[in-house]
Amino acid sequence: MGCCGVRYEGEGEACGSTALWVRRSDDGGHELDLVVPGIHCGACISTIEKGLKELPGLDEARVNFSLRQVRARWRDDAFDPDAIIDKLSELGYSARPFDPSEAGFHADDRQSAELLRALAVAGFAAGNIMLLSISVWAGAEGVTRDLFHWVSAMIALPAIAYAGRPFFRSAWAALSAARMNMDVPISLAVITAAMMSIYQAANHQQHAYFDAAVSLLFFLLIGRYLDHRMRSRARSAVSQLMSLSATGAVVLSDDGKRHFLPMDRLEEGMRVVVAAGERVPVDGVVVEGNSDIDMSLLTGETNPEAIAPGDKVHAGVMNLTGPLVIRLTARGEDTFLSGIIRLMAAAEESKSSYVRLADRLAGIYAPAVHVLAGATLAGWLFYTGFNWPLSLLTAISVLIITCPCALGLAVPAVQVVASGVLFRNGVMIKDGGALERLAEIDTVIFDKTGTLTLGEPELMETGPVSTEALAIAAGLAEKSSHPLSRALARAVAARGIIPEAVNGIREHPGRGMSGMWRGKKVRLGSLGWCEAEGQGGDHSGHPRLALAVEGRAPVVFTFTDSPRPDAAETIRRLRRAGLAVEIISGDREGPVRAVAEQLGIESWKAGWSPRQKLAYVEGLREAGRKVLMVGDGLNDAPALAAGHASMAPSSASDIGRTAADLVFLGSSLSAVWLAREVAVRARRLMTQNFVWALFYNVVAVPVAVLGLATPLFAAIAMSSSSIIVVANSLRLSLVGRRLRKGFRLAADDAAGEREEARRKAA
Amino acid sequence: MKVLLFLIPIALLLGLLGLGAFIWSLKSGQYDDLDGEALRILEDDDEKPPQ
Repeated sequence: MGCCGVRYEGEGEACGSTALWVRRSDDGGHELDLVVPGIHCGACISTIEKGLKELPGLDEARVNFSLRQVRARWRDDAFDPDAIIDKLSELGYSARPFDPSEAGFHADDRQSAELLRALAVAGFAAGNIMLLSISVWAGAEGVTRDLFHWVSAMIALPAIAYAGRPFFRSAWAALSAARMNMDVPISLAVITAAMMSIYQAANHQQHAYFDAAVSLLFFLLIGRYLDHRMRSRARSAVSQLMSLSATGAVVLSDDGKRHFLPMDRLEEGMRVVVAAGERVPVDGVVVEGNSDIDMSLLTGETNPEAIAPGDKVHAGVMNLTGPLVIRLTARGEDTFLSGIIRLMAAAEESKSSYVRLADRLAGIYAPAVHVLAGATLAGWLFYTGFNWPLSLLTAISVLIITCPCALGLAVPAVQVVASGVLFRNGVMIKDGGALERLAEIDTVIFDKTGTLTLGEPELMETGPVSTEALAIAAGLAEKSSHPLSRALARAVAARGIIPEAVNGIREHPGRGMSGMWRGKKVRLGSLGWCEAEGQGGDHSGHPRLALAVEGRAPVVFTFTDSPRPDAAETIRRLRRAGLAVEIISGDREGPVRAVAEQLGIESWKAGWSPRQKLAYVEGLREAGRKVLMVGDGLNDAPALAAGHASMAPSSASDIGRTAADLVFLGSSLSAVWLAREVAVRARRLMTQNFVWALFYNVVAVPVAVLGLATPLFAAIAMSSSSIIVVANSLRLSLVGRRLRKGFRLAADDAAGEREEARRKAA
Repeated sequence: MKVLLFLIPIALLLGLLGLGAFIWSLKSGQYDDLDGEALRILEDDDEKPPQ
């Protein structure tokens, strides 16, 4: 399985209590859902299913490729569910138990299935009634026509009662809260159309609107279903990312045993084990072990920090070099995380509630329709000398004609296409409202570490360092998993230098590595430990390593966090689109200034706390600016929540991903520009759709008000306007690839120009 | 026009049959993993019959 077997970083060995996630299935057996993020090709499906089939006692294992999940069922009570996880890791997949009800999957599925069933029923009814209606329009008369009308009624009434429920429910909820939404005129139109048609059929009249009532529901349900599907797909993608992170911690009990406990079972004073390379799951105090921690998600600080017993650690930091045992401290109000959550809640609250385009329009549209229908009724009553049946008939046909069929499709159709385009380009969007907000932004604020940059250090050009020194340093660095060591080894390999052989290498957590090279003691580590303080020039704020060889002057290596690929081009394009671009970072001034200069951003702030970031974004908002906040860390989360729109890379902290409206995969920052571009185009298409829907009304309403709208007219007008709106929305799907290609070409051009300039300078 | 008395119920019955089949397929989870089904069809490693 060459393409599979990817092991995901930060996945600890889940020990013990998988049993907590096992459910009773309907048939009395056991059922367990596992998230397996490594599933990504057809071969993975058969590998996993065949592999799990070998487990004795397990009855069924089925991979859900779309959700990257495995569902296992068994009846044998003695079967140990941990065996599944062990088997999967043997096959090369890391897996985590998962509770679907926790992520809201069940409720979501049920709703989606209900909409789909309603859609099927409405489609069936619309098709059959249309068949009968066409016969009527074609000239069926007398008893035949009445028969057709009654058969239509027999199909239409149960279908409306069933398929109309989503609209009736929502309309009722709005009315009982004394509000108005699009579903009120829809429900009114459908119900009155059905009632009037029965009256018409009973009186042997020519015109019945059964087909209009049902096909209205059919079209609207398509829009509703698309809308729902888009949201649930985005949500499942985001929660998939989330479920990768620790939902518990490995706890060391007094008898020395290790158990994996879910978050809500952790208690103060428990001892939690954190392996090297794992994120610290809780706030605590180190009781055993020395290590370095990477706080970049919390503070934006790029330089790893050494810690020893007695030091405090916060949830979310990455433990780099040595295993740690930490004692869980208070989980109450005073933890770092809960402080951030409080700030976020405040930011969400103060964020002015954004009214979506469709709802804003519905606010005008729904009353207008009712007034129009009412006026038509009054006018006709007056005109015909209180001929109630005829006046009601005309008023109802106004309601049916104006019913926002195209309007109901205008937004969801565009959103589905837009989210599809974004999805294919590695951007996941949480809801349609975010797309609309993203189109309105005028300022983009980036965090630095992990957002503008990759969050991975890279060796800077160090000037006069001998090849030998690099080779020795690489010999030591190769054996360490510290990010700076890895960066050094990478850089040396890239220069084509073969590392020197160093023997007897020992890792000193929190300090560095030592070993023997040609009989001399060599050390690679912090400047203090290598007695290299004050050397290597002024690179304050940049992470540094020193190499000390016995009997020689120490050498200092300086690292920098390099910008994401395409960052410069992305920023240039955002600028050209007329957006202000700024950086606010929690990192120190030196690295922030370096990145800002490199990318040509004049406005930058360094060393800011989460509270300052939040205050800044809120200040801009109060000044009337619409901010897109792009950030990844825990420290950005409040600002993300406060921004008009927000984006986070998929490598962000959980809380950052949760706070963001959009999450982008991959390392290229071009996603920010692309998402904004798609959002702007989507908004343009939505507006076009609305204009079309209104134009349709301008033409159709006078016809209806004058009492000339026959059921045939209604059917043609409604279907054609819906089809036009959907076709217009589909144009967006052509845009995605073109945008991407345009970006690639421009980025290549820009790189070429830079290369040219460099050559000239040299 | 007597033929209508047969044809309409037959047409409706057939339509209902289709609707029923769709709802059944929805209930039995055939739409749960559309991407996965697209890949499964390419697997040609059925278990071999006993020799």
